[in-house]
Amino acid sequence: MQNGLNNNLGFRGWISGGRYGLDRYAYTLHRLTGLGILAYFIMHIFVTGARLGGPEQWNSRMAFFGRPIFKLGELLVFLAFAFHAINGIRLVIVELGYMLGKPGLPAYPYSYSTLRQKPLFVVVMLVAAILMIIGGANFYSIMR
Amino acid sequence: MRESRLWFWHILAAIVILFLLGMHMGTMHLGAILSSIGFGSRDPVKSADVFHRSQQLIYMITYILLLGSALFHGLYGLRSMLFELTLSKGMEKAIGSVCAVAGIVLFIYGTYVAVRVYQMPHLLAIVKGGQP
Repeated sequence: MQNGLNNNLGFRGWISGGRYGLDRYAYTLHRLTGLGILAYFIMHIFVTGARLGGPEQWNSRMAFFGRPIFKLGELLVFLAFAFHAINGIRLVIVELGYMLGKPGLPAYPYSYSTLRQKPLFVVVMLVAAILMIIGGANFYSIMR
Repeated sequence: MRESRLWFWHILAAIVILFLLGMHMGTMHLGAILSSIGFGSRDPVKSADVFHRSQQLIYMITYILLLGSALFHGLYGLRSMLFELTLSKGMEKAIGSVCAVAGIVLFIYGTYVAVRVYQMPHLLAIVKGGQP
């Protein structure tokens, strides 16, 4: 506590984007999905190692991972991939310096890079959402 | 200089992953939809399909390329997140070493599996012959 202001936001500070807005949520979600995909990927390397044991061992492992709970897990991985991949395209575009806009005088109303990049953000989120819906439809189709 | 070079590889690996993992996810996780319009298999994890893909050179090469790119991208990303915790130099070095060793071990194992399965053509014959 300094000057009567409390800087400790606690749990809210951890998940809230605050004045950084949607970009901050995308940043947090990009990291979370990245960690989830990495954990799945490491397990996936060992699961697919069952091919070494031939079709019999492969079928036995797939029978285990064919349970609905694992299918749901696969759907979550697909949703995470859809967000991480499409948001990643946006990050690469921004990283390479595109969509920054032309430099100009700091005249009111101020224009800043994240504001100029907002249309890209919206498009990217829409594409990710469409991919997620397609993934969900596929999941519904195989679970029916 | 070293960090900016690693960052460049991180971005480059992301672009490689985007294409290779995009195709892999489409094949494996959109099978029901894609097969309904004439692409791929509805059940891409059935052994006949899995071993048919595994025993094509192009698939073996792309599996290894995807394995290396994804391991580097994922473990470098994890390392970067951990480094943001303002760690001591010793701890940073230890985390970097653990990530590097884990990446190398996983890459060697995954590559061994991909190459070994590619070299076992009798497996596909067993699957095609109607055995499990």
